[in-house]
Amino acid sequence: MLTALLLFFPLAAALLLHFVKGNAGRVFAFGAALLEFVIAVYAAVTFDASNAEQLEVNLPWIASAGINFHVGMDGLSLLLVLLTTFLVPLILLASFRHDYKNASVFYALVLFMETGLIGVFTSMDAFLFYFFWEVALIPIYFLAGIWGGERRVAVTFKFFLYTIIGSLFMLAGFVYLYYQTGPVANGLAAHTSDLQAFYDLSLTAAEQSWLFWLIFIAFAVKMPIFPFHTWQPDTYTEAPAPATMLLSGIMLKMGIYGCLRWLLPITPLGVSQWGWLVMILAVIGIIYGAIIAIRQRDMKRLIAYSSLSHVGLMAAGVFSLTQMGLQGAVVQMLAHGVNVVGMFFIADIIQRRTNTRLIPELGGLTQTTPLLSVSFLVVLLATVALPLTSGFVGEFLLLAGVFQYNNWLGAVAGITIILGAVYLLRMFQRVMLGPATSFTAAFRDLNGAELAVLVPLIFMIFWIGLFPNTFLQMSEPSVIRILSLMQR
Amino acid sequence: MASIILLSVLGIANLFLGFLRSNRMLLPAAMVILLIVFGANLYDWNAPAQSYFNNMLTIDRFSVAFTGIVVLTTLLLLPFSQKYVRDNEANLAEYYSLLLFSLVGAIMMVSYDNLLMLFVGIEILSISMYVVAGSDKRNVRSNEASLKYFLMGSFATGILLFGIALVYGSTGAFQLSEIGTAVTNPANDSLRPMLYIGILLMLIGIGFKVSAAPFHYWTPDVYEGTPTFFAAFMSTVVKTAGFAAFLKLLVQAFPAAQGFWIPTIVAMCALTLLIGNVGAVAQQSVKRMLAYSSISHAGYLLIGLVAFNGALSGLSANGIFFYSLAYSIATVAAFGVLKLVHDQRQREDYDGLNGLARTNPLLAFVMTIAMLSLAGIPLTGGFFGKFFLFGAAVDKGYIGLVIFAVIMSMVGIYYYLRPIIAMYMKPADDDTAAPIVVGSFQSAVLVILALLTVVLGVLPGLVNGIL
Repeated sequence: MLTALLLFFPLAAALLLHFVKGNAGRVFAFGAALLEFVIAVYAAVTFDASNAEQLEVNLPWIASAGINFHVGMDGLSLLLVLLTTFLVPLILLASFRHDYKNASVFYALVLFMETGLIGVFTSMDAFLFYFFWEVALIPIYFLAGIWGGERRVAVTFKFFLYTIIGSLFMLAGFVYLYYQTGPVANGLAAHTSDLQAFYDLSLTAAEQSWLFWLIFIAFAVKMPIFPFHTWQPDTYTEAPAPATMLLSGIMLKMGIYGCLRWLLPITPLGVSQWGWLVMILAVIGIIYGAIIAIRQRDMKRLIAYSSLSHVGLMAAGVFSLTQMGLQGAVVQMLAHGVNVVGMFFIADIIQRRTNTRLIPELGGLTQTTPLLSVSFLVVLLATVALPLTSGFVGEFLLLAGVFQYNNWLGAVAGITIILGAVYLLRMFQRVMLGPATSFTAAFRDLNGAELAVLVPLIFMIFWIGLFPNTFLQMSEPSVIRILSLMQR
Repeated sequence: MASIILLSVLGIANLFLGFLRSNRMLLPAAMVILLIVFGANLYDWNAPAQSYFNNMLTIDRFSVAFTGIVVLTTLLLLPFSQKYVRDNEANLAEYYSLLLFSLVGAIMMVSYDNLLMLFVGIEILSISMYVVAGSDKRNVRSNEASLKYFLMGSFATGILLFGIALVYGSTGAFQLSEIGTAVTNPANDSLRPMLYIGILLMLIGIGFKVSAAPFHYWTPDVYEGTPTFFAAFMSTVVKTAGFAAFLKLLVQAFPAAQGFWIPTIVAMCALTLLIGNVGAVAQQSVKRMLAYSSISHAGYLLIGLVAFNGALSGLSANGIFFYSLAYSIATVAAFGVLKLVHDQRQREDYDGLNGLARTNPLLAFVMTIAMLSLAGIPLTGGFFGKFFLFGAAVDKGYIGLVIFAVIMSMVGIYYYLRPIIAMYMKPADDDTAAPIVVGSFQSAVLVILALLTVVLGVLPGLVNGIL
């Protein structure tokens, strides 16, 4: 029941938000998101890491078709649910400073999106998964499309079309798999869409070869992997800051999670046939994103491209098919979620005070802003993957996994650490150091609300960096199970 | 059967209400009549199948289910005629009665057992539609629509009748079940060419009524000229009844000839999907876009016929039922909002919707739900409609056709998003700055329509699989 509660509590809060007027709305939304985080932590405390899926709810949804409302969590799901519920209240808090028109609708959409995201991470039924996958898209489309920047209409339109077309391919793949399953135990329906039934299918190598692409394209667009990424920099730049944080901090993980939960175990032969190509695309993405990031003048765009580079590394870790690579991807999902939300938040703070995001127009912030400087530096170094911070553990494991797969690819992917340091430290230097400009002359340091967002993020950066085992332990049984399912 | 009798009798009673001085009683009266009919129809659900008129009509679960859709659709559509009531339009009672009588035709189309009944049903429905298409008498476009629909429609009716005659000539029967046995009789093999031509002509006749390509040419022009209220009726009730009749004909009369007609319908289906969706992309008027979209939905429903399983139950019939229901509700919502916008802003292009989310959040929200449902995006009934139809076709092995349909629905997302973008993401201009006045009753109906769409999208099990 706990999983169902986690799933529907934000939705109920979003509906209730309709009746809360004015400034009380944001407080109400934040309170609801915080309570949701408490529920998730309670779930984590009662969680038994040695077991597979637990806290399950399995009810008939469309009984005549064998489609069930089947949700549950294993370690992998739980970690992503924790990440989601941890970040959403912070994202809400981060948006307090903005005066959005129709603020209650804005916050309701964020909470609605939380339901969609948690649904994706807990679904154990293919059609339920697809359902939540699309449900998560609708609120973010409106968030970015209504409250975004000048070019929002064209940009979000492209984003919507890209992602939905990708996911329709996945749906086609699921429908095919569904018709390969046999009758379920109770005999009501001829087929079933349960995850376990999909795992149990024995598909030929030829089937898996094209099923792989049908399913992979949806995930590749969402992550995004080169060359499916063209929607990403524009959307990240044009969307309002909270929507960008949702997109990069959590939604991007839907793609990686989808690969781990659905793609690898269902089409192992397809993966072994096409994995090399994905690896190459991922490594191209790593280098390509990093090189383009160096050239960016807009802070948000720079972070967007750095995100592209990082997600490429996560994908490479997943397709290295080693335990190290998969574990690295899991821990990096958490680390990247925390880091990138911090980066976008700091970019947003700077933009709000100076009305510019252009790096050449900024400078000299360190003299007046000790708190901001320290926070920015910590988040930045975590993104560069300095030891002791969250980024290091993930990238180390990921690169180790990629090296196990192929030395050359590992070597090329390793360049990302150097390039990452180049573009991030250059940004820090030009934004924070040097002489102040006309934009940055009267810059105030962080206030209490902003610190309230950054302190938990920094706390998590060090927790993941210093005690990664807390999280690695939770995901290890899931990762081992995924790899063993691939050995069939 | 009760629904046919009630509609005929109460329809005449409604006609006499026209003698009253005020039009205000007409709308409540018509709605009460439809509520009674809807209840009476539901009452037949648990009754055993029963035949009437020397076995020319059968009221069974199939006919009750589809009668339910057409009556419910009309019931939810009627409140949007309020403007005509306020304007104290002359002859309003006649139009309401025509709608009620046309429903009699629709019910006959979903419960016929005899080709004569099919023909009579189609004619009752069509003749009412020819009249209401021209109901905006001083508008040239409305006159054009009426004339065009009448000329083309009567031509199609002639073709249908010719088809019925040829089928009769080759099988010696009008009764569906007798035709079914005669088709399988080897003694009739020499008459096969005549039978096939007959079937083909019947497909053309019904294909015209449901606006399947290549017999769709009338649709955009007629919808554009017809008052929006009646255009909504055409694209929901006529289409739903047409597809139910189509399915009944193929299942009960021609299952043995499926080797002949399935390829024909596959071709029609692919063509309809292509023309409907690609045509809709190019439109500048929301109403014409909806006209082309109604063509494309005929294409999706044809997939249900392709997934033929020889019964009025199972995946194919249930798919068509669910899709018709979800499509009708979403279309009524879309046309309802469009009519309110058109009445007060005199515009039917996309820009006429600009800034609607600011001025009328409710209208914008309902329109959004309707568009998402028509586009087939989860959380709405339209998604499961497509899902069940595509699933039924995949089950029968038509994977190529389904892939084509999926690609076409990707095209659909493009044009269904355009009204949403206009409403939410573009600022209002001078024309569209003033809020639209919506009566509280109409608002309530719009909320019901949106709610029904979402309920179908979240709990499809409520009505899926009832046939």
